[in-house]
Amino acid sequence: MSEAVSALNGQSFVGIVKIEEAGPQGMITLRGDAGAAALQKAARDVAGVDMPGIRGIAAAGDRAIAWMSPDEWLILLPHAQAHEGVATLRTALAGTHHLAENVSDARALFRVTGEPARLREVLAKLAPADLHPDRFGTGEMRRTRLAQVPAAIWLDSAGEARVICFRSVASYVFDLLSVAAAPGSEVGFFDA
Amino acid sequence: MLILECPCCGVLADETELAPGGEAHLKRFGPGASDDEFEGYLFMRENPRGVHFERWRHVNGCGKWFHAARDTSTLEVFGTYPAQTTEPPRDIRDRISARRPGWTWREFA
Ligand SMILES: [Zn+2]
Repeated sequence: MSEAVSALNGQSFVGIVKIEEAGPQGMITLRGDAGAAALQKAARDVAGVDMPGIRGIAAAGDRAIAWMSPDEWLILLPHAQAHEGVATLRTALAGTHHLAENVSDARALFRVTGEPARLREVLAKLAPADLHPDRFGTGEMRRTRLAQVPAAIWLDSAGEARVICFRSVASYVFDLLSVAAAPGSEVGFFDA
Repeated sequence: MLILECPCCGVLADETELAPGGEAHLKRFGPGASDDEFEGYLFMRENPRGVHFERWRHVNGCGKWFHAARDTSTLEVFGTYPAQTTEPPRDIRDRISARRPGWTWREFA
């Protein structure tokens, strides 16, 4: 198999927070009936964690499942295991109405790290989502837009956010995040 | 700025996270319909200043379609409800009646 190359080869920027393209990340889109026991079991077998409820993201080690819509989930796992993960899902769900597809190479993943308040404001400069600590915390997957493109964001911890976008707009999103994190651009809106 | 609560994912979505889908509850007329019915289905739309029912899609979000009832001049939102609804639900109509006594929209009041 050829060597996987991520969209921006791990490009990074340091400003009021650090922006890093996270390298190859396995991602599987899974769609189906949320109430189907077979679907829940298959997802748990591949991701090692129960399917989260509405807007949730549940993680265990290097795997996670994120709620994307009432009938869609995103399974995160090591890039090298995405292909096998899809095969496992398709075998387990044969005869059950579903869709399982490896979308790893269609997406880009960014890691945004830094002081919690800075990190929130960098994202809040770009998204029309309420990112106040009372409204957005760890365990929530928020699909929204960053400037002019769709994106999904979540907090791994108070000091680390992840951003997923389409691969074709990876450099646009990297530039957006870098400009929003430019040195001296602190707003202080989320400072306690 | 218009903010609608998406009934599919619960997000309070800013207008810029949504795509408008035009008037709600259109009845489709196809083969076998009269010319008048087909013209009405294709072209005749409400364009009120006030109470209106619309379709919206949470395009930069969960991706789902839903319905919204709002006032086009004040942007007051009376409620949002699932796309799988063929006419304005009773509770939404009651809420509008409390705020806009005497309102009408197509055959509803
Ligand atoms: Zn939604």
